Amino acid sequence: MPVLVFAESIDGKFKKSAFEAVSYANETAKILGTTTTAISVGNITGDDLKQLGEYGASKILSVTDSRLNNFVNQAYASVIAQAAKDEGAEVVVLSNTYTGKAVAPRLAVKLQASLATGVIQLPSKGDKFTVKKKSFSGKALSEVVCNTPVKILSVAPNSFTIIKSPATPSITAYNPAIPDTDFRSVSGEIVKSSGKVSVTEAEIVVSAGRGMKGPENWGMVEELAAELGAATACSKPVADIGWRPHHEHVGQTGKAISPNLYIAIGISGAIQHLAGVNSSKVIVAINKDPEAPFFKAADYGIAGDAFEVVPKLIEAVKAFKASHH
Amino acid sequence: MKILVCISNVPDTTARISFTPDGKAFNTSGVQFIINPYDEIALTRALELKESLGGSVTVINVGKPDTEANIRKALAIGADDAIRVNADPSDAYFVASQIAHVAKTGGYDIILTGKESIDYNGSQVPGMIAELLGIPSVSVATKLTIDGTTATLEREIDGGKEIVTTPLPFVASAQKGMAEPRIPNMRGIMSARTKPLAVTEPQGSPAFTVNEKYELPPAKAACKMIPADNPAALIDLLHNEAKII
Ligand SMILES: Cc1cc2nc3c(=O)[nH]c(=O)nc-3n(C[C@H](O)[C@H](O)[C@H](O)COP(=O)(O)OP(=O)(O)OC[C@H]3O[C@@H](n4cnc5c(N)ncnc54)[C@H](O)[C@@H]3O)c2cc1C
Repeated sequence: MPVLVFAESIDGKFKKSAFEAVSYANETAKILGTTTTAISVGNITGDDLKQLGEYGASKILSVTDSRLNNFVNQAYASVIAQAAKDEGAEVVVLSNTYTGKAVAPRLAVKLQASLATGVIQLPSKGDKFTVKKKSFSGKALSEVVCNTPVKILSVAPNSFTIIKSPATPSITAYNPAIPDTDFRSVSGEIVKSSGKVSVTEAEIVVSAGRGMKGPENWGMVEELAAELGAATACSKPVADIGWRPHHEHVGQTGKAISPNLYIAIGISGAIQHLAGVNSSKVIVAINKDPEAPFFKAADYGIAGDAFEVVPKLIEAVKAFKASHH
Repeated sequence: MKILVCISNVPDTTARISFTPDGKAFNTSGVQFIINPYDEIALTRALELKESLGGSVTVINVGKPDTEANIRKALAIGADDAIRVNADPSDAYFVASQIAHVAKTGGYDIILTGKESIDYNGSQVPGMIAELLGIPSVSVATKLTIDGTTATLEREIDGGKEIVTTPLPFVASAQKGMAEPRIPNMRGIMSARTKPLAVTEPQGSPAFTVNEKYELPPAKAACKMIPADNPAALIDLLHNEAKII
């Protein structure tokens, strides 16, 4: 009864979240005393497929049905459900990404399985199968007990450290039948947001708020982000008044993110904003008000005017990069 | 166009989250409950579609009688009628089963939910409803338009958005951007009192999971302040102390 893990790819390459998921699945398999089977959908080269072996997958099911080249949640759920049945998997692991969120609930119904989304720790298996996840928009953690024979766990991106555990995987072509009715919804065009790092997957996020005074001042925010290889984000009012696009809005009613480093510039630190970012590993707040609530949630703070601090910070990053090459 | 909007009752976004001393339950004392913000977005888009295409908007909630204040609020915002399935919303599968059961005989063209509830953040109910009904679903949608019997949606994906078309009926979960929530006006509040709110008893479907224990995230250590005239010191700390750059 191996652990089955869906390894997500984009444009023929696995995402970082896929390696996290495989790694999570493999550590779970160790707890359960079993092996890890990964399933991949799309045209991925043998060498790329083998990468999953580095994180512990001993068997790889490669689905190449061209109807799945565009994402369709119903069809993906059918394929993964069939694989879970064929493999006899009792635990199925996915990433809690947009794709995972669209597929996992359908999978849970198909397999009549417990579903825990956004898990942040390995399951514990005493007399109950329990996993930990974030809840109340990051303001709390909860322990979810899964009471069915099959369990589906979707792993919160950036919360589980990748563990290498090299295996030599077997690769099997796997193309189960998919009902035509699974293809009623059709994915068309994909519009990339300015080709930069996506805020949900980024390791570093530079975010700014109303303290920037106006959209014309975002040049320094973008420059700092570019120097750090970071994604840009913003507070809600900034997106609401149209200074920045909606997809940058983070917080309780925007995106919830957990990068390694979150730099907040001119953001007060309202509870709804913090809810979406407080699970970042390290938080830096830059605010001209030394009493700003953000300093209570930050690891490092600079009490100063962003218009003076940020340009200096950009210079410091440039100097740092120059001295570490 | 018959539209069903699923609403859940969640703690206000400013609520201080705490738990009973044994950590087994959410401490509701002094907490105000609101309509889940994403569900309000879904509701508003449903009302806009009804206004342009005709039809009706029904809201459904799985909850105990104490959720009726928020159901009435949804009616005040503009929904035509409401259904409350009289049960504790114990887990996503249970809730989705109840809603799917109602929807099976309701003949809805569109079922809308929020992208997640801000309490359990599961993002599970919409996809489960769709699977239970055997219809398409689109998650985390920022745009929804209807042309005849086809819907066109934009959904968020990593690093961008994707355009999806789907025939009716379907389920979609709303993300910010789909509509701007409306505030109920006096007339809405008055008329909400007399709009139909049907209460039905739950069907015997199981809950698969139990939230057994809660805790607050570990407290942060005090913030280290760095002089404003020396941001280079920050880079040094991020490199040598936090070891993240
Ligand atoms: C239901 C609900 C949901 C919400 N969801 C979200 C959410 O998801 N995300 C979110 O962000 N907010 C959310 N909010 C809004 C939230 O309550 C705050 O209003 C918002 O986060 C404030 O944004 P801000 O910090 O950019 O602006 P402000 O509160 O105006 O703060 C600006 C900050 O910039 C500082 N500043 C000003 N000038 C400078 C300068 N020159 N240099 C440095 N600092 C400067 C000020 O000291 C201040 O701290 C929500 C609110 C509600 C009611």
